Amino acid sequence: MNGVHDMGGMDGFGKVAPDLHEVPFHAEWQARSFALNRVMGSAGEWNIDVGRYWIETLPPAVYLSSSYYRKWFLRLERLCLDRGLVSEAELASGRSGGPGRPLKRQPLSGSQAGAAVSRPNHDQPPRAPAVFTVGQKVRTRKIHPRSHTRLPRFARGHVGTIERIQGCHTFPDAMVEKGIKQGEWLYTVVFDGRELWGPDAEDGTSVSIEAFEPYLEPA
Amino acid sequence: MPNDHDHDHHHDHEHGSELSEMQLRVRALETILTEKGHVDPAALDSIIETYETKIGPHIGAQVVAKAWADPEFREALLADASKAISQLGLQQKVGDHLIAVENTPTTHNMIVCTLCSCYPWDLLGLPPAWYKSAPYRSRTVKEPRKVLADFGVTLPNETKVRVWDSTAETRFIVLPMRPAETEGWSEEKLASLVTRDSMIGTGFPKAANEATA
Repeated sequence: MNGVHDMGGMDGFGKVAPDLHEVPFHAEWQARSFALNRVMGSAGEWNIDVGRYWIETLPPAVYLSSSYYRKWFLRLERLCLDRGLVSEAELASGRSGGPGRPLKRQPLSGSQAGAAVSRPNHDQPPRAPAVFTVGQKVRTRKIHPRSHTRLPRFARGHVGTIERIQGCHTFPDAMVEKGIKQGEWLYTVVFDGRELWGPDAEDGTSVSIEAFEPYLEPA
Repeated sequence: MPNDHDHDHHHDHEHGSELSEMQLRVRALETILTEKGHVDPAALDSIIETYETKIGPHIGAQVVAKAWADPEFREALLADASKAISQLGLQQKVGDHLIAVENTPTTHNMIVCTLCSCYPWDLLGLPPAWYKSAPYRSRTVKEPRKVLADFGVTLPNETKVRVWDSTAETRFIVLPMRPAETEGWSEEKLASLVTRDSMIGTGFPKAANEATA
C-alpha cells in the first residue's frame, strides 16, 4: 500500500538527531509492550509480514505521531481484537472476561524465553530457477498494490543492476494478501543515485533494495 | 484491510497513581492476556532482560575485530556472515540471512530501512531511536552525504556512498575499515575501537589512541 510508512525520498522531516542518552527502553511500558509483541508473535496467530502490515495500516496521522513502541502496541492491540483474542469490553475494563481460546502454537514461556528469541529463517524451496543473473540490468515494475508490498515507491519503474542473488525467500506480498508461503527469488538490485533522483541526486551515490523476482522485469 | 481500532480508552487512575495512557493500556493488555493463560510474565521479564543486558553492539564489535585480525574469518564473513558468525560460538545465537558489507578507501556503506526499522538486532541490539526516525528513514536513500553530516561525518567527494535499504529479511552490518596504527593488536583491544555507528555506516571506528581495552 502507498502508505506513510514508505518514507524513502520524502522531504520535510528535518535533521537526524542522534540520541544523547541511549537506553533500550525509555519507559517501562515500552519494554512490556516490546516483550508482549515478541511473546504473542510466537503464537502462530500472525507472522512478521502480517505484523508489519498492521502497523502500515494505522491511520497516517497516528503513524506519524506515534513513537516506535506505541506503534508496536497499537498493532498488537488491533491484532488481538481482530483475531478474537481479546474484546473491546475486556480492554476497557483491563480484566479478562473468561478463558482464552486455544492458540495455534504455545507462545514462548518461562525464564529462558529471552534466549529463545531469534530471527527465523525465511528460505523457501524454489519453484523454478532464478530468472535473472548477477550483472543483468532489470527494471522494477510500476505497481501500486493496495495490500502489503516491500517494493518501496522510490524504487518503482527504475533500471538497476542485479548485484547478488540472496536465495529464495517467503514472498511477503503473497503472505499478507493470500495467506500463503510462496517462495520467490530475492535479489540485491543496485540503482545509481541519478537513476532514482535525477539531477537532485548527490554525486557518487547508489542505493540498493532487496527485490523479490515478481518486482522485476528485464530492462 | 483491517479495521482501525485505535480507540481511546478512558481509564480512571486507580489507587491515585499518575499513570500515562500508554502505561494503562499496555498493563491492561498484559493483564488480560496473562489471565487467559496466553502470556507468561516470566517470559516478558526474560525477553526484556535479554535485550537490556545481553544483546548489543559488543557482539558486532567482536565480529568486526575478528575480521580485522583474521583474514580467513574476514573472507568467510563476507561470503556468508550468518555461517561465519555462528561458528564463533557466541552465547546468543544469530539469525540467518546476515550480510556483512565492507568499507574500502573508495566505497562507504550505510544501512537503512525505509519501510519500517529492520536492523541486525542479533549483532547490534535494539536500534537507536534515530535509526527508526522519519528523518533517517526518509533522507538516507536520497541524500546520504547530508545525513552523514548530521553525524559530523564528512567523506571525500571521490568516496562513493552505497546505501543498503533493508527491504527483505536480509540484515546488513558494515565492516568498517581498520584504524591505522593498530598492527598486532589483540581482538579484544581492536573491539574497543568499534563503535555501533561504524557498523551502521553513520560513523567511523575510534582512532588507535582512543582504545580502552
